[in-house]
Amino acid sequence: MREFLSGLDWSPLYISLKTGLAATVISFFLGIIAARKVMNCSGRVKAVLDGILTLPMVLPPTVSGFILLLIFSKRRTVGIFLKEQFGIVAVQTWLGCVIAAGVIAFPLMYRSARAAFEQIDPNLVFAGRTLGMPEREIFRRVVLPAAAPGLASGTVLTFARAMGEYGATSMLAGNIPGKTGTVSQRIAMVIQNGDYVTAGFWTAVVLVIAFLIVVLINLIAGKNTRQTRRW
Amino acid sequence: MRLNAEIKKVLKDFTLDIRIDTSASRIGILGPSGSGKSMTLRCIAGIETPDCGRISLDEKVLYDSGSRVFLKPQQRNVGYMFQNYALFPTMTVLQNLECGARGSRTEKRERALEMLSRMKLDGLEKRFPSELSGGQQQRTALGRILAGKPELILLDEPYSALDPNLVDRLQREMEEILKDYHGQVIMVSHNRDDLYRFSEEIFIVREGSVLCHDRTKNLFDDPRSLEAAKITGCKNFSRIRRIDAHRLEASDWGIKLEVDRPVPESVRFVGYRAHYLKPVWGGRKRNCMKFCCAFVDDMLFEKKYYCIPETGCTDQDKLVSWFVQAVTQEMLEKRGMPDYLEFEQERILLLE
Repeated sequence: MREFLSGLDWSPLYISLKTGLAATVISFFLGIIAARKVMNCSGRVKAVLDGILTLPMVLPPTVSGFILLLIFSKRRTVGIFLKEQFGIVAVQTWLGCVIAAGVIAFPLMYRSARAAFEQIDPNLVFAGRTLGMPEREIFRRVVLPAAAPGLASGTVLTFARAMGEYGATSMLAGNIPGKTGTVSQRIAMVIQNGDYVTAGFWTAVVLVIAFLIVVLINLIAGKNTRQTRRW
Repeated sequence: MRLNAEIKKVLKDFTLDIRIDTSASRIGILGPSGSGKSMTLRCIAGIETPDCGRISLDEKVLYDSGSRVFLKPQQRNVGYMFQNYALFPTMTVLQNLECGARGSRTEKRERALEMLSRMKLDGLEKRFPSELSGGQQQRTALGRILAGKPELILLDEPYSALDPNLVDRLQREMEEILKDYHGQVIMVSHNRDDLYRFSEEIFIVREGSVLCHDRTKNLFDDPRSLEAAKITGCKNFSRIRRIDAHRLEASDWGIKLEVDRPVPESVRFVGYRAHYLKPVWGGRKRNCMKFCCAFVDDMLFEKKYYCIPETGCTDQDKLVSWFVQAVTQEMLEKRGMPDYLEFEQERILLLE
């Protein structure tokens, strides 16, 4: 066992955690901004915008991955532009991992944030306005605290999804050990090589992390509803 | 202070078209649920935008579609008390009060502490709204509004979501607190009793427009139109045929009535409040109606008799309601049911 652990390449864990963290931070802010914008749209515009923003969640990750690959390809307009103007390369890089994981996990943050904002009593915001509080202060001191449980569970969910992303990541970022090789990609790879012990080890790691995350969400959600109704 | 509001707004079920021009300091807006009362308040506060119109407080224009003025709610200095108080649940009482105050951080704190003692909330400053009683919540909400020294206060159905046992006490508290407030206050309610005791002047609103308005006492004494009389709580109505200046025939009651005032040609209906019917035993007097009781609702301190009028018509909505309170009820028990019900002439409402 000790021999196995000492010989193990731990990089997939670091890469996964790092990717998950970066993608979550980006999704957190973009998700909140998008949720606010979409909430203020009306009728049809709202339905269409919401559809576009939710799409990555319902599409097969390989489809999202392929679309991302087309966009960021070094031989196409956007990819060339990004590389020449900003030196940004997404294909086969860690940045690609973050983009793929971010795009796939973003809808979870966006939808959680919207749900959290929509359940806030609008009168609280109106009260803030009639009391003369600036909009920014209302958002910071009234809206965010009231939406906190929903935002927190959305963030944890986003992190979990981003960390475990496989399909889109493997298409955009590839599986370069030590660079873009995440845990889920490592598992797929070692299984192909018949190395069930390593696959089992990483599976156990993922299981433990996933379980902790779900428990964490339940604890966050449970804090606000002290008495859960049973039936 | 003079509030002048002209609000037009197309809503789902009707078009809001309200005109309010008054310098009364306690104003009531009475109307059934969904008649556009709350929407009117929201437009005045700036939470909703009218389609067109003009709202001004003294010289200050809050909204004017003509010259494209729209002050944000933050700039209007109009306090709004929501039915559920809308206290910020994640803030303490003191923090809630601070949110209403203006100025620097220390000024806000000072003002909040001042409101805390004025609202008799001492010792509760660290509590959260969910840890307060209904009365304490109302005082916090009022204190938060008064902390900003508003020029106008809007009360949106303040008592309708409350436990009936609490209402009387909270009404007295509210009156007590607002006694020192010299600006205008508008209270919106569907409850005529709440407004009767609160307002100097009442606007009756129905399906988005003002049906009539007057000093409170006048309005209840003489609502002038059938719709307004219904909203003020009058239960009995009859179509009429005018005989001469002081006499008319109430065709739905099957009797002739004499009225102390001259009856204008435009009068189409008479109304009579259910509590004012007077039992008469023995001989028939002026304005008496022979009746027969169809059914009785037995309330705790009151009996509601529903009587078939002299026409003999048994339609449910043609029955005459007669509400009898304890003292008269004792008399009824002693003397038996009366032979007639009298419509006292000075209490007859002449309606168009």
